[in-house]
Order: sequence, then C-alpha cells, then structure tokens
Amino acid sequence: MVKKWRIGLFFVIVILLGGLISQTVMNTAKGINLGLDLQGGFEILYEVHPSEGQEVTDETLQATVSALNQRVNVLGVSEPNISIEGEDRIRVQLAGVDDQQTARELLATEADLSFRDVEDNEYLSGEDLEENGAGVGFDQTNQPVVTVEFKDGDAFGDVTQQIINQYSPPNNRLVIWLDYEEGDSFREEVQKEDPKYLSAPTVNEPLYHKNIQIEGNFELEEAEFLAEVLNSGSLPVELEEIYSNAVGASLGEDAMEKTIFAGFIGIGLILAYMVVFYRFMGAIAAVTLGAYIYIVLTIFNWMEGVLTLPGIAALILGVGMAVDANIITYERIKEEIRAGRSIMSAFKSGARRSLSTIVDANITTILAAGILFYYGTSSVQGFAVMLIVSILTSFLTAVYGSRLLLGLWVKSRIFNKKPRVFGVKESEISEL
Amino acid sequence: MNFNTKNKYAFVKHRKKFFWFSLVFTLAGIILLSTAGLNLGIDFKSGSKVEVLADGTLTEDEVYNHFAQAGDGYEPDDVTLAGDNSEIAYASFIGTLSQDEIADIQTHFVDTYGNEPSVSTVSPQVGQELAKNALISVLIAAVGIIIYVSIRFQFLYGVASIVALLHDAFFIIVVFSIVQFEVNVPFIAAVLTIVGYSINDTIVTFDRIRENMRHTEDIKTFDELAAVVDLSLNQTLTRSINTVLTVVFAALCIFIFGGEAIRSFAFALVVGLVAGTYSSLFLAAQLWTVWKWKSIVREKNKPNKEEPEDLEPEV
Repeated sequence: MVKKWRIGLFFVIVILLGGLISQTVMNTAKGINLGLDLQGGFEILYEVHPSEGQEVTDETLQATVSALNQRVNVLGVSEPNISIEGEDRIRVQLAGVDDQQTARELLATEADLSFRDVEDNEYLSGEDLEENGAGVGFDQTNQPVVTVEFKDGDAFGDVTQQIINQYSPPNNRLVIWLDYEEGDSFREEVQKEDPKYLSAPTVNEPLYHKNIQIEGNFELEEAEFLAEVLNSGSLPVELEEIYSNAVGASLGEDAMEKTIFAGFIGIGLILAYMVVFYRFMGAIAAVTLGAYIYIVLTIFNWMEGVLTLPGIAALILGVGMAVDANIITYERIKEEIRAGRSIMSAFKSGARRSLSTIVDANITTILAAGILFYYGTSSVQGFAVMLIVSILTSFLTAVYGSRLLLGLWVKSRIFNKKPRVFGVKESEISEL
Repeated sequence: MNFNTKNKYAFVKHRKKFFWFSLVFTLAGIILLSTAGLNLGIDFKSGSKVEVLADGTLTEDEVYNHFAQAGDGYEPDDVTLAGDNSEIAYASFIGTLSQDEIADIQTHFVDTYGNEPSVSTVSPQVGQELAKNALISVLIAAVGIIIYVSIRFQFLYGVASIVALLHDAFFIIVVFSIVQFEVNVPFIAAVLTIVGYSINDTIVTFDRIRENMRHTEDIKTFDELAAVVDLSLNQTLTRSINTVLTVVFAALCIFIFGGEAIRSFAFALVVGLVAGTYSSLFLAAQLWTVWKWKSIVREKNKPNKEEPEDLEPEV
C-alpha cells in the first residue's frame, strides 16, 4: 500500500522552502556586509607609539579606538571595524570609502593644532581651544576656512602682541601647524611648494578675538573634516602604519563578480554529478543543497559577518563538505541495498551507520577551522568563520534535511523493490 | 562506475611502492625547497604591491612609464600582467610606500584610468609574524587532531592520519615551489583547508577499518589484517572518489573563472585535494597496517595479557 500523503508532504515542504527562499533571498543577499576586497576600501594596521613619557596601556588603546571611531563617523562609512590587536596595535578596516586618501589622512592625524612663531616656538596649542568650538566658515574670497574658538579671549591677542613686539616684517608671522613634529621647521617648509604647516598669516596688529579663522587652501570637504577632527579631540598616541591594504572599488567588484560566477558553475556541476550518479537521492541532495546555501547566507547575515573573497571560497568548499555528507549516507544506503536488505531497512541502517562517520570527519575539520580563526588575521578569519558556519549548517541540511525528505519517499513505500531509483542494479544485489 | 566487487583493488600489497614514492617525493621536495625556494608574496616578506586595473590592454613598459609619471623615484622592482586581456598589472616595490607616496600613485592612476588601484604594504615585522602564526596554527591543529582521533579511535590511527596530513601540506608547498606561484595569506588558508579535508578523508576510511576490525575475529597473519584494510578501502573507494570529484569541480571552477586574487588559492586547493586523496588511499591506511601488525606481534609475544585493541569503545 503506497502512502500518498507522505509524498504530498514532501512536495508541500519543497514548495514552502522554494517560496521562502525566492521571497527573501534577495534581501538576505543585500544585507550581507561585503569585505573590502569585494567592494573596495582599505585596511590599516597601526602600531601605537605613546606620546612622550607615557606608556601604552589598555586605557590609552581604548581611548584611541574611540577617537578613531568618532573620526570614521565623520567620513560616513557604514560598517567601520576598528579593533585592538595584541599589546600595541590597532586595525582599522573601512569598506566602501569613496575618498581613500582623505580618509587615511584623517585617521592618522593626531589633530594636534599648534600656533608657533617663525622660530618654531610654541605659543598656543589645542589645549587652549574651546571644546567643540571648531567650525567651517568662508573668507572674503569665498574660500572655505576652519574657525576655532579659544577658551580665553585674551590669549590670542597676547600672542599676536608678543609676535609684533619680537619680530619685524617679514618675520612677523604666526605659523599654524597641524601635527607639528620634533624637527619640523618653518624656514625649511616655507621654501616648499606644498608646506607642511596649514597657514602662516602675517600679524600687523594685536587681535583680541575669541574666534579666529584658519586659512589653509582647503577644499570644503577637507575643511569640514578638519573641523570635525578638532572637535572630536586629539589622539593620545602616535600611529605608525605597519601594514596596509587598499583595494580599488572596481577591482573589488570585478573579483566578486568572477568568483560568484565561478561559484554558480561549480555548484551546478556538483548538482549535475550528484543527480547522474545517485539518481533520485541526488535530486534530494540538490534540494537540501539549495536550502544549505540559503541557511548559510542567512546565518552569516544574522551574525553580521563580513563576507570576503576567501569567505566565498569557504562557502563553495562548504558545498563540497555538505555533498560529502550526502555521499557518505547514500553510499551506505546503496551498500545495504546491495547486501539484500529491503529499501526501507537499507535506508534506516544506512542513515544510522553513516552518522558517526560524518560526525568524526566534520569535527576534525571544525577543529582545524577553529584554530585558523584563532591565529588568522582578518581575511583568513572570514574564511574560518564561513567554514565553521558551513559545516554546522551542512549537518542540519545534509544529514537531517536529507534524511527527512528521503524518508518521506521511502516510508511511502513507493520505491519498494525498485533499487534502480537509488542507482543499484538488480544484478548487484546479493541474496541474503 | 561500480566498485562493488569485493577487494577489486589490492591497496596493501603495493604499500612499499607507495612508501618509496612518498619518500622520494619528500626528499626531492626538500632539495627543491632549499634550492628554488618559494615565491613569497609581500605578505611574508615586506614591501608594497600595487594592482592597477586599466581600461585596455597594458604592457610592462606602459606600467613603468605610468609609475615614472606619478612621481620621481617610483620605479617598481617588478611588474607582472594578468587578466584575460592583460588589463591588470601588479607592480611590486621592495620597500614600504608611505601614505603620501600611496596618495600620489592612487591619484595618478585614478586620473589615467578612472579606477582606484589597490595598494598593500607590509612591514618586515608583520610579514614574519604571519608566517610564524601560520606554522604555529598547523602544529596546534595537528596536536589537536591527534588527541581527538586518539580518543575516538586509537593512537595509531591518529599518528597515521597526521603523517597523511603533513604529507598533503608538504605536497602543496613543493608544488608551489615548482610552479613558483606567489605564496600569500590565502595560500595559508588553502593549506589549512587541505589539512582539514585530508583529515576528514582519512577519518572516513579509518572509520570503516575500525568497523570492519570489530567484525573480524582474531587476526593471525599479516595477510588477514591486509584483507580487512583492503576491504575497507574498497568499500569507501566510491565515496572517496565522488567526494574529491565534487570538491575538485568547485575548486577548479574558482581556479578557471574566479578572479585573479584567489586563483592561487584555488590552485592550492586542487593540488591539495589530489594529494589528500592519494594519501588516504595509498599512504595512511598502509602505514596503519604496518604499525598495527607490529603491535599485534608484540601483544602475542606478551603472554597472559588481554589485547587492549579489542576493548575499543562502541560508538
């Protein structure tokens, strides 16, 4: 007696699954964060050098990270990733940045504004500025300028007075530096086409103003960034780039398109092979593989993982692992059929006996992936996370999913005495 | 394909040939590595690499010219072309480029081709750490796997599977030394994937040997032991071949159609998959057989003691 309701249930499950996937797969795919190797962007590993007389502590690292985060917000990057590595390193990953150069400058600046004379003696520094007092304005020629506000209204006036008293033209200039470093000198920089200081206005009379304008031949955007950076405060440390990786947006896109295309062909070939070799069971495997890819993407999205190029490779490799779980089970079932068991009992014992093999084989791979995650750097970690998610998901789909779907057919008894459906010829079956 | 016929292939009988093959290969590999070495990418040395995407076919001279135009002193130490129409160029520099230099180069190529080039720089210190961490992770993984397999199976299975694993990892490294592809971070990922795959493959075969050993009464001769191993290998042969074929399909597709960035990754995978299948079919099980026989002989010479091998836990 063939139990048709089980076969009906199979189709209901497949149709529901297909419906769910086709309705939500686009949103899931769009929601996945792409790594910088896929959409362009850059990654910098900084080594942190403490300011004079200080040590790098956890607190200074944390403070640096939060200052960097504020700066990145200025850039409007959607998914910045700034993390502390080891004792004295900070890794910054910014995907999808339009203007990489400005972003780099913005990140690394100490935002240490200083006002000096032509002999490089410091008169005023960032500490004399009002917090959150920086803004953007325009001068008479409509050129963007950065405006800053002093805490003490007399401070700037006193300084300008001092300069007038001390220097006569043409040396009566107030040099405004950003990130002045030991060894920088106005006399050298002034000769250059692109001097390091921001501006060096001539002071003719004392200026008792609380607000002053800094001209620096800024683009509007630059002026806005500088104002924001001054507001978000200076970095407590100096940052040195020890590793950087910048990917152009079109190169990233190119890589992604090719890899996805390659993935589709690869998966298509695997499915075709499965159906040819395992017939009906191969078709079931194809259904569970569809579900597998969908679930992996959903979990990855939910974990807010970042999909990198090696991540896509891991996903495709995971398809191989999921297929392997199917193959182990199906081979076992075929063996049992050949040994002369009925389809029903071959299915049951095949599924049961293959489980421990699959568990042992996959746990060892997870072990390797876990170690990879622990010791790897960003893109290798992306690979490891994807591999672990893939293996766990393949358990769900290739072991339980496959068993459930195949079980519905087998238990309907429609295949009783039809070993060919499973790719076994009658002649191969030995008598019990 | 049908591998149903029992013991169609005798795997154990030819074990000495396989051992010799692997031994010779290993020696040749060591010689090759110590002479030709590996083509280490900047991930492991230090230096800078610029990847330029042009709108048409590039020549090496063009690339050198463009770098000269970008600013004084920008002379790449090496330029290689890639892509279907040579529209991608990789230029490498021995030193690390500074932020300003990177800015100059990016501006120049954006103005020329409208595409932002990719630039990566690695300082010597970071490169060495990467290589060190990769080595440590393989060793830790190996120890972890030996422990796991010793608990679930037996110590001898664990040791044999680690030999297979190291063989496969070494095989990939030697092949990369032969073809002189660049060794970069994704390469490490590939080697570690193969470590995982190789162990997976070996365990599936060992799992079957363990099962068949349980069903076998007292083994008296080496041939009886060999017959059990041959039976197990023949039983798992279809699975081994089908699995490796499907994964090779995926890896080959990435190799052929995937982007430049992961081509060497995919190549390492393909090589490793082939090595992994070889080692689980022709190396690991044979090593286990030889060692197991020695331990059986030893047990026999110790009278009045039960064989601990028969007390494997039921799974």
